[in-house]
Amino acid sequence: MTTLLHGKTASGTDDDSGTGAKPPRTRRKAAASRGGNRRYENLAALGFLGPWFLGLALITAGPLMASLYFSFTDYNLIGDHQWVGLENYERMVTDTRLHSALKVTFVYVFVSVPLQLAMALALAMVLDRGLRGLALYRSVYYLPSLLGGSVAVAILWRQVFGANGLINQVLAFFGIQGEGWVSHPDYALGTLVILNVWTFGAPMVIFLAGLRQIPAMYYEAAAVDGASPLRRFWHITIPMLTPIIFFNLVLQIINAFQTFTQAFIVSGGTGGPSDSTLFYTLYLYQRGFGAFDMGYASAMAWLLLMIIGGFTAVNFLASKFWVFYGD
Amino acid sequence: MATKTAAPAPKQQRTRAERTRRLLIHLGLIGFGLIMLYPLLWMLSSSFKPTAEIFREPGLIPWSFTPENYTEGWNALQHPFHRYLLNSAIVVGGAIVGNLIGCSMAAYAFARLEFRGKRLFFAIMLATIMLPIHVVIVPQYILFAQLDWINTFYPLIVPKLLATDAFFIFLMVQFIRGLPRDLDEAARIDGCGHVRIFCQIILPLSMPALATTAIFTFIWTWNDFFSQLIFLTSPDMYTVPVALRTFVDSSSQTSWGPLFAMSVVALGPVFGFFLAGQRYLVKGIATTGIK
Repeated sequence: MTTLLHGKTASGTDDDSGTGAKPPRTRRKAAASRGGNRRYENLAALGFLGPWFLGLALITAGPLMASLYFSFTDYNLIGDHQWVGLENYERMVTDTRLHSALKVTFVYVFVSVPLQLAMALALAMVLDRGLRGLALYRSVYYLPSLLGGSVAVAILWRQVFGANGLINQVLAFFGIQGEGWVSHPDYALGTLVILNVWTFGAPMVIFLAGLRQIPAMYYEAAAVDGASPLRRFWHITIPMLTPIIFFNLVLQIINAFQTFTQAFIVSGGTGGPSDSTLFYTLYLYQRGFGAFDMGYASAMAWLLLMIIGGFTAVNFLASKFWVFYGD
Repeated sequence: MATKTAAPAPKQQRTRAERTRRLLIHLGLIGFGLIMLYPLLWMLSSSFKPTAEIFREPGLIPWSFTPENYTEGWNALQHPFHRYLLNSAIVVGGAIVGNLIGCSMAAYAFARLEFRGKRLFFAIMLATIMLPIHVVIVPQYILFAQLDWINTFYPLIVPKLLATDAFFIFLMVQFIRGLPRDLDEAARIDGCGHVRIFCQIILPLSMPALATTAIFTFIWTWNDFFSQLIFLTSPDMYTVPVALRTFVDSSSQTSWGPLFAMSVVALGPVFGFFLAGQRYLVKGIATTGIK
């Protein structure tokens, strides 16, 4: 079979023999796996993918479709679910708590993600100068992002920004009388933004890896041409790093939209004071698992999915204009 | 380490100006690192202070050192705290085993087998990485309720065995693709089936990816609050985060000492894994971007 294929190409195209060094090998390989083993491979794949298929059907795709269905019903877990059409979605239009939850979440995403990424990039740039002790610094800055999502750190935050908390103790040292930050509607969300910025270590490590990929000769050439550090930053570092910036941006936005634990613990599950920390997911939890308003919670979940999907799509579309993939 | 500054001026020339600059950068980095870690260190030290002292001063030294917060916190809830630690250990252990088995099997298929619909399934798998858990949690809850699994550890472990943490599949696919194909092709010529190739060649070579998966599964599951809050409803089954949460609710503002002590206990294992697995952690996150 292979000789047949080989003969065919040889007789058919004489002129591209210069580039034809590769084809015979790849053809032979492809033919071998395509030929006798195909059914066996399909069967083996079924075996190896079996658990994943089951999980997809029962835990992921099935529930995804079910929640779409439930979003058109009224369901409180106990009775039967009743088809109510678009009622849940119409209810969203007038649900003021939902509106404040959306606002809180958007503010959080739009403020904390850029700050977090700016911090991550700044530190990565400083650390990428061939300093001694890089590994240690990297670990120290990375640690908070491992702990940041935990209940324990949320508890810590509640105290640190509380009326008698660490921040106010430090402020008192300078003679300033502080607020009870987490219990003040104007500041409570800010404390959670700070918590998210504090976990900049994860994107920082990715930035560091990205900076390593930029060839040193670009900088050397620019230096020879007399480019200032700022120019080098804008014209070499940033463009070369855009794929990494994009990656971090998409990831952190998706993460930030799903924030739950911190808001739940800091506000004691209420989203207070005055709904100032009522994150979208927290409100969804309250509707679904506090009030067992499962239909409405499902509709909320689908709105969240559409928002996150929309953001991701816009990100990908916009990336065509600012993300550069070298060669 | 100094790969990028490969061509600086001769060493003597890197004189005072450069040296003081570097010193200043180091000082800045150390100072900033201390500010970052200060809340954590302060919590650690506060957990050994009498509660009154916690409110009095922001310093790190527990002048009147007392381990009392730990004994008090340990017994403050319905069960002694080791009960919750044990529950968390079971959930985390099950999740790790589940992820290692389920995800590595799927990854082998995606990385090494040719089968019908491979590209489509791979795309679906990638898409599920981005799916927020909130979208599926309500039907999952209903499903598990019908199976009578609420208030058991099954909802937290079984899905892992079914490779629902697609992120780790992706991680392992990337890793396995980087392994030389010659090895398994040679084994295949020697008459090995896929099961043997998977178990005896791919898995042993994939140890770094498996370790990364295990470490991150540990940390994520240990820290996870949302699904444990939803699926575990009786204090007998509470894991550490859920137990801590009831602690916050039940205790008034005055018992910060015991609360901090148990928070320290809750963070301890993650910190331990962080120290032990740093190399894999940083490598894993640098190549894949997991948090």
